[in-house]
Amino acid sequence: MTLDNVRKGQLIRISNIPDEETRIKAIRFGISEGEVVTCLEVVPAGPVVVSKNKQEIAIGRSLASAILVEPC
Amino acid sequence: MAGSGLKAGNMVKGKKIVLAGNPNVGKSALFNILTGLYVDVSNYSGTTLDMACGRYNGDVIIEAPGVYGLSSINDEEKITRDIILAADIVVNVINSLHLDRDLFFTLQIIDMGIPMVIALNMTDEAVQRGLGINIRLLEELLGVPVVSIAAVRGIGIDELKKKIYTARPGHAHFQPIEKINKMLHRMNRREALLVIEGDTELSECYGVKPGTDREAIYRARRERVNQIVAQVVREINKDAGIAARLGNWMLLPVTGFPLLALTLWAVYKLVGVFLAQSVVDFTGDVMNGYYEPAVRSLLSGIMSPEGVLYTILAGQYGVLTLTVTYLIGLLFPLVLGIFFVLSILEDSGYMPRIATLLDRALTGIGLNGQAVIPLLLGFGCVTMACITTRILGSDRERRIAVFLLALGIPCSAQIAIITAVLAGSGALYMLLYVLFMLGIVLCAGTLLKRFLPGRPFPLLIELPPLRLPGVQNVCQKAWGRSYQFIKEAFPIFAMGTLLLGIFDAYGFLHELQRLLAPITVSWLHLPEDVADIFIMGFIRKEFGAAAVLNLQMLPLQKFIVMLTLSLTVPCIASAMVIFKERGWREGLLIWAVVFILAFLIGGLATRLLEIWLA
Repeated sequence: MTLDNVRKGQLIRISNIPDEETRIKAIRFGISEGEVVTCLEVVPAGPVVVSKNKQEIAIGRSLASAILVEPC
Repeated sequence: MAGSGLKAGNMVKGKKIVLAGNPNVGKSALFNILTGLYVDVSNYSGTTLDMACGRYNGDVIIEAPGVYGLSSINDEEKITRDIILAADIVVNVINSLHLDRDLFFTLQIIDMGIPMVIALNMTDEAVQRGLGINIRLLEELLGVPVVSIAAVRGIGIDELKKKIYTARPGHAHFQPIEKINKMLHRMNRREALLVIEGDTELSECYGVKPGTDREAIYRARRERVNQIVAQVVREINKDAGIAARLGNWMLLPVTGFPLLALTLWAVYKLVGVFLAQSVVDFTGDVMNGYYEPAVRSLLSGIMSPEGVLYTILAGQYGVLTLTVTYLIGLLFPLVLGIFFVLSILEDSGYMPRIATLLDRALTGIGLNGQAVIPLLLGFGCVTMACITTRILGSDRERRIAVFLLALGIPCSAQIAIITAVLAGSGALYMLLYVLFMLGIVLCAGTLLKRFLPGRPFPLLIELPPLRLPGVQNVCQKAWGRSYQFIKEAFPIFAMGTLLLGIFDAYGFLHELQRLLAPITVSWLHLPEDVADIFIMGFIRKEFGAAAVLNLQMLPLQKFIVMLTLSLTVPCIASAMVIFKERGWREGLLIWAVVFILAFLIGGLATRLLEIWLA
């Protein structure tokens, strides 16, 4: 499934981030493929906020819909 | 390669000590403490777009722009890369709360083999939020000295000062070493690593192919960061606390919009009511009642009040009277207030949350949530905001944001005059003004989104922890920016008044007024002397707008003047920045389109409202 379908509070593993530039940016933020993150908030029709440790990252809806995740 | 960092670095003697780190980790605060200079400190990324230099013990301290890593992805990274390539010592500033993010950059610098000391910042906040960090172990794993500090509170600074000169290269990752060694005959180790990581600019410089291992190296580095963090960080308690909960409320529309509305209402109360009415009334009275008569009586003692010089200095557009009164009595309190509010918004960490909340809405006008930052800053100073558009991810977005800033965002000085002028005309005109401006921005954005080539760039930002802004930093920042603003405005303002004064004294003004009559009188249905305002507005918009206070006009006419003026490019300074940021061709195009649109919309609004209000 994709990141935009995740529910608030769900633990997920990032399985695929599509484009390279985004992937590089995300790795630096601490989110790489294979990483387990918590979905902190889903802004209705807006960005998905995920967190890992104390780091919070807001991901725009269009990007979230391209990121593959699996629940865990 | 002609990097900005190298150039600046080579001109001075002593060691080059570079403060580097991720955005928003406290580099600027530390720089201020170490050098005694002041640079802007905020709680969002991208405050330091250019590097800052200062002296320290006969050495040079350079503050690099905050980045998440080095390569040539954007301008900040290029600048930081060049500064770090030339560094003798790197003081890597790290946010204790975000070790897993910050250490990624740390390890990259360590892999480059540069002597380093780590300033582990905001350790007080980490303790408050229940994080324990094993500093000894961190030192051991990284192989470089680590000092725990709280820069804003001045904790740990003495120890850091002692340890700066014990900086040493840390334990680099074994993986890229072999490849680096193969390249050392052509370039140094620092450059070799970046070439292997695929830095196109550096590779070109040495005539080699950029490496293709970036992702593999990044992954390995990320893995190592995760392992280090797992070993050194202990979470003592996991209670989210009130700040985290408030932070979440700010993101959700149900609670976020009311909170935003509440914030804007408080801002309006402070700036629009308290400052624009009570304070400005008082300062205006002081200037009109004491300062101006004093100047006039002083001048009439030395020269004839009928003379040309007197008219220029103290007449209707007097350089010594009108300029000073408007700048000190009217603009300064308001500009100070607006920068004060913006500083609080920045330091608290609220800005990126507004960005997330409004992301959906901003995609409608071809931007993403991040554009909220330049657009909001535009209400302070459009010139400054145009520079901040550099934080946006793509050129297309920067183009849209600059255009909207030029067209539809009134700066603090304009807001000051607009509130002062329209306050006398009643709430209806205020409301109309807001609706018109909002409508115009939305239409322009939608059209740009539709017709500009390229695809929208999705939001990907970090949300810094919500924190109470430090009173001292907020005041210092608001004061510093307002001072800068007024300092910059004064000569332009004075030149403008001087020009108008001379025109007035020699009767040119009347000629110009007649020349512009087709636009002012026939198209906008305004009195002929309004031309002064537009001429002045051309030089500095709020200045032209300020002249409206002196003219007898109907409320509708005042409204049209304000609307048209708001829509044109704010001032010469901002026009210059737009040319600089967007290049001459695009800058000129933006400028011309904005002016034509402004007068077109002004005329259309006149007709529309005349019919509607009749």
